[in-house]
Amino acid sequence: MIEINVCIGSACHLKGAYNVINNLKKLIEEKNLEDKIEIKAAFCLGQCTNAVSVRINDEPIVSVNEDEVDKFFERHLAGRV
Amino acid sequence: MRKFENDVQVIKYEVLKEVAKLAMEGTLEEKYHTIPEKISPGPKPRTRCCVYKERAIIEERVKIARGGDKENKNNIEIISIACDECSINRYTVTEACRGCLAKWCHEACPVDAIYYVGHKAYINNNKCIECGRCKDVCPYNAISDVMRPCRKACEADALYIDNDKKAVIDNEKCVQCGACVYKCPFGAIMDKAYIVDVINLLKESKSRDTNVYAVIAPAISSQFTYVKIGQLVKGIKLLGFHDVIEVALGADIVAHHETKEFAEEIEEKKFITSSCCPAFVSYIEKKFPELGENISGTVSPMIAVSRLIKNMDKNAKVVFIGPCTAKKMEINRDDVKGSTDYVLTFEELTAMIDAAGIDLRECEEDPLDNASFFGRIFARTGGLTEAIKHVIEDEKIDVEFKPVICDGLAECSKALKIAKVNRLNGNFIEGMACTGGCIGGAASIHHGRKDRNEVDKYGKSAIEKNIKDSLRILDIDKLDLDR
Repeated sequence: MIEINVCIGSACHLKGAYNVINNLKKLIEEKNLEDKIEIKAAFCLGQCTNAVSVRINDEPIVSVNEDEVDKFFERHLAGRV
Repeated sequence: MRKFENDVQVIKYEVLKEVAKLAMEGTLEEKYHTIPEKISPGPKPRTRCCVYKERAIIEERVKIARGGDKENKNNIEIISIACDECSINRYTVTEACRGCLAKWCHEACPVDAIYYVGHKAYINNNKCIECGRCKDVCPYNAISDVMRPCRKACEADALYIDNDKKAVIDNEKCVQCGACVYKCPFGAIMDKAYIVDVINLLKESKSRDTNVYAVIAPAISSQFTYVKIGQLVKGIKLLGFHDVIEVALGADIVAHHETKEFAEEIEEKKFITSSCCPAFVSYIEKKFPELGENISGTVSPMIAVSRLIKNMDKNAKVVFIGPCTAKKMEINRDDVKGSTDYVLTFEELTAMIDAAGIDLRECEEDPLDNASFFGRIFARTGGLTEAIKHVIEDEKIDVEFKPVICDGLAECSKALKIAKVNRLNGNFIEGMACTGGCIGGAASIHHGRKDRNEVDKYGKSAIEKNIKDSLRILDIDKLDLDR
């Protein structure tokens, strides 16, 4: 199971964290990966200037733009599932 | 610039600041006894009769600022030696006394305390039991009634005066709303502070794997208006908090949950009361125990947001910051214990920020935005009701909602008495112990009419307009929201 934490702290929220979560959920549903990837909301991950902060498992934090969720998926997740 | 309402607040602030400063330095235990002299250096006293008494009172304040009497479960404590200034005898015969022949006052007095000098009535205060019968019968309204401010403020009727004429709190009746703390003109009643615990927690969090979250009540929007709220958020983070989250997000969650609960249970229960104000809940439990079943089973916004955070981060500790003294009692209730770890008031936050040498005006702005408009207006009376109405409409729930909004404990008491005899003209009581709602809280730095507008302004600035929006990605179903 891959765990994805998306920061919903104020800075990330303002930059569209909720949309990042919803877009990711949509993608995962489309690809039928619900049992392989779990999306979780988290409070501050400590990198507010690079909002929206997303962390896969315990790896370094990746900054994801709400319009580039597809790209993030291809680059960081597609190869693992 | 920050303004204090009066000298009572100033002295309390100075004590809290000095205690915080020493706690931050790690020298509190060695040096706390130096605080009274620092605050009242002499040779002249600042407010009291002499510098020695003043220092003795400050010593008591320092004790309470360090957590107070551990044996006493009540968070509200009386500083007995500070209380003697208020030895006002409640009833006095004024100049309006005509020295009449009827002398009804004398007849009415059950303890023979009325005597006459040159045809005029006087009260022997050593005998007087303050029953007020003389006042009631005087045909000239010549007897004045000056009730002690603390007793006048206490709607729970939990204060009495002992044989030495000092105020004493009856813990069985006290709901810890803090009205007496705010109203005592001598600052002789104080709420226990947990700043030392919080400062130590923040220190330890650096070495241990703990994230200390500050959850701030929406009433904060009316309190630090000399800076932007974002600057305050930054200031709080500089104290060492990992993140600052709005309690208003907890209020969104509560509004959603409580509306569902209301729709399911109203037919059976006939009426339900709100549960977000801990002093109101305590008041029902103590004064109207037979209505206990009618209190909403939903937790308060503070508890909801704390549980949300702890569900997301297993290393979290949560500190609530608000205008409320009763919250200090709420976090230790058996039904919610372990959710919120500590409570700080706005007064205590101010002291900590200043003790740390943080100048809020110099701080950059950090964002604060999670909750919706509705969660944010919980801070004022009527806000909760608007939020429930909104959820009912938005989710098209088929239920009749007839709210009775009670602003302050006196109004609450009235509504509960009527509800007790099944005559309530409504099916929901929104109860707030403080007048105006949380913005009128005892531990607010200022209280005023403008505060309500500030709350609404803050509400309107939320980017999530509706409760559904602010909750749309949270796993509310996984959260335990019952008391």
